[in-house]
Parts: sequence; C-alpha cells; structure tokens
Amino acid sequence: MGLKFPSAESFVTSRLDEVINWSRKFSLFQYPFVTACCGMEFMAVYGPHYDGARFGSEIPRFSPRQADLLFVVGTVNHKMAPILKRVYEQMAEPKWVIAFGACASSGGFYQNYSTVPGIDRILPVDVFIAGCPPRPEAVLDGIIQLQKQIQDKDSGPSGFSGINPRQTKEELLLSRE
Amino acid sequence: MPPLTALIKKDFPKLYLDSHAQHGDETVSIKRAGMLELFLFLKDDPRCKFDMMIDLTAVDYLPRSPRFEMVYHFKSSPLHHRLRVKIPLEESACQVDSIEPLWVAADWYERECWEMYGIDFQGHPNLKFLLRYEGFQGHPLRKDYDKLLMQPLVPMRPVAERHDYGEVFQYVQEPPPSVPEQEPS
Repeated sequence: MGLKFPSAESFVTSRLDEVINWSRKFSLFQYPFVTACCGMEFMAVYGPHYDGARFGSEIPRFSPRQADLLFVVGTVNHKMAPILKRVYEQMAEPKWVIAFGACASSGGFYQNYSTVPGIDRILPVDVFIAGCPPRPEAVLDGIIQLQKQIQDKDSGPSGFSGINPRQTKEELLLSRE
Repeated sequence: MPPLTALIKKDFPKLYLDSHAQHGDETVSIKRAGMLELFLFLKDDPRCKFDMMIDLTAVDYLPRSPRFEMVYHFKSSPLHHRLRVKIPLEESACQVDSIEPLWVAADWYERECWEMYGIDFQGHPNLKFLLRYEGFQGHPLRKDYDKLLMQPLVPMRPVAERHDYGEVFQYVQEPPPSVPEQEPS
C-alpha cells in the first residue's frame, strides 16, 4: 500500500522557450498609466470582486523598471504623449502594452487638436480592449488573449533574439544604436 | 428697465451698448475703452457688490464683425444677484484689460482664454501657457483652426490598415521656418 512517487528516473520534456513563456505569462506585473474615467473600471478589475490577480497579473508596480505590462487606461493627449513614450522606453524587455478602452485604442469620441488618435501612434500595442469603459470581463478576456500571445510566440515578443516584432524597422534600428 | 442695467446706463452712458434680461438675470454689452472703471464700479459700489467672478470666456462668431465677444459672469454673494457683461471685440484689436487685479480668480481663466482664442489681456501678471504646450501654433478654439490639425510632440508611428477611410488627420511635425532663407548675393 502507499503511493508510488515518481522515481528519480522520471523526467518531463519541454522546450525551454515554452517554459519561459509559460512563466512570463503568469507573472505580468503591470504599470497602470491611468489618465481618465476608465481608471474606475481598472480598479474594479483589480479589486476583490473580479480579482485580476487570478490571471497571474498580480501586482501594480508604480515604477516602469519593475513592470512587464503597460496598461494605458484612458485618453492620452499630445501633451502627455512624450511622458507615455518615456515610461514605455524605461520598461525592461520583455514588455507588453494593452490599450484599455476606446480612447486609448483609437482616441474614442475625440477628434480634435489635443487627443492622440490611438496610442498605437506612439507605442507598439499588443491588445486593444474595446468599450467605453470596458466591462471587467472584457479586460480579463484581454489579459487572457495577451497570455495566449505570449505563450504562442516562439520566443516571446523580444525573447532570445532581442527583436521585437511589433517594432517598426526604424524603431528597431534606433534601439540597436 | 431692470435695476442693474438702469444703473449702468445712467452712470456709464458712454460705455453702454446693449442689454437684455431673462428670468431676472441681466446682460449688458459695453465698449472696451474704459471697461476697468465699470468693473471697479461693479465690484465696489454698495448697490452692486459683485464680489465673485464666476466665469470669463470668449465666443468666436467667425463671419460676423466684430468677430469676438468677451463674456464675464459675476455674482454678488451679499446681495444675491447676478450680472453678465459682454464686450464685442474686432479681430484687428482683440485685446482687453485684465481684470486679474480686481478678481484674482480671473488669473487662470484669462490665461486659458488667451491660449484658446488669442485674446490679449493687457496688464495680466503671468500670461503664459496653461493648457497648450511649448511650440503649439495657433489658437485651437478659434473657428478657423482646422479641427483635424494636430501638432504632436512625438513623431506619429505608421499604423496597420485599421482605418478604411485613410489618413484623415494632418500633422504639424516641425514648425514652418519663419524667415525664408535668402540666397547669397
């Protein structure tokens, strides 16, 4: 009687990058770049009711150096754009970006002199979450989609090669300088 | 004639232009020259006692002449009455006297109005950018400012074809050269 534990001969095979991607996708430390009313919904997602921590995106980090995932929550205007870009550049690779809500994704209902028409005009974005503001379920779906992207990519967004496929050619050359 | 309008018409006949009243709130249009005397009167006279500047802005009636109109809203907390003062302004001379020395609250309102409409507030102690950023050209709330013109501080990335209507925005990436280069003679 008694359980048979795996003996010393047992082993698990996997590819190294799959293991690394698996660990990356469940340890997304986020930097909340919250500028507008979507922030309320962001708080709801990370409050106890919806509990975004269940999906491995646990702790908000208020230093971009410690963050993996940049949440751009709310309207970004042209005066704010250099700051957002600098926050993104300060994050260490590998890093991912989620555009949270209509304003961050496309400028929303603003079409004027002051509003950036979507933060993908400034940064490479991985996941756009629709809604004004998005429901917490939509945000959790966005996080799951991002985790799928991280797992499915061969070596993560920048991974071992150091090449971020979301960057344009010019940005790539600039980062290599 | 409503009491405040009558008072202004009697004491400042040279400034008075027009007036109307609705639901007990009075509106007076006045001329620009000598406006500070009227505002001082509104603030200090025991029949007015407007101790509170509620709002200050401009309106752009583009095809009309005079093109701009300054609008001031005042409230008197001891006497519980309100007054709206309007000052029509020509585009060629869009400048008024600052009322910041009388009501400190006017400070940021005048800065915003200066940025957005290009109206000069003479005598303002600190007329510098409040909402716009350095290098921004033009006055965005004027009717002849193109609503699709943006002046980004960081270069805009090209994006994937998610708009089927093409590029609608225009950008000012670099300020146009102010002085044309002269050829060496």
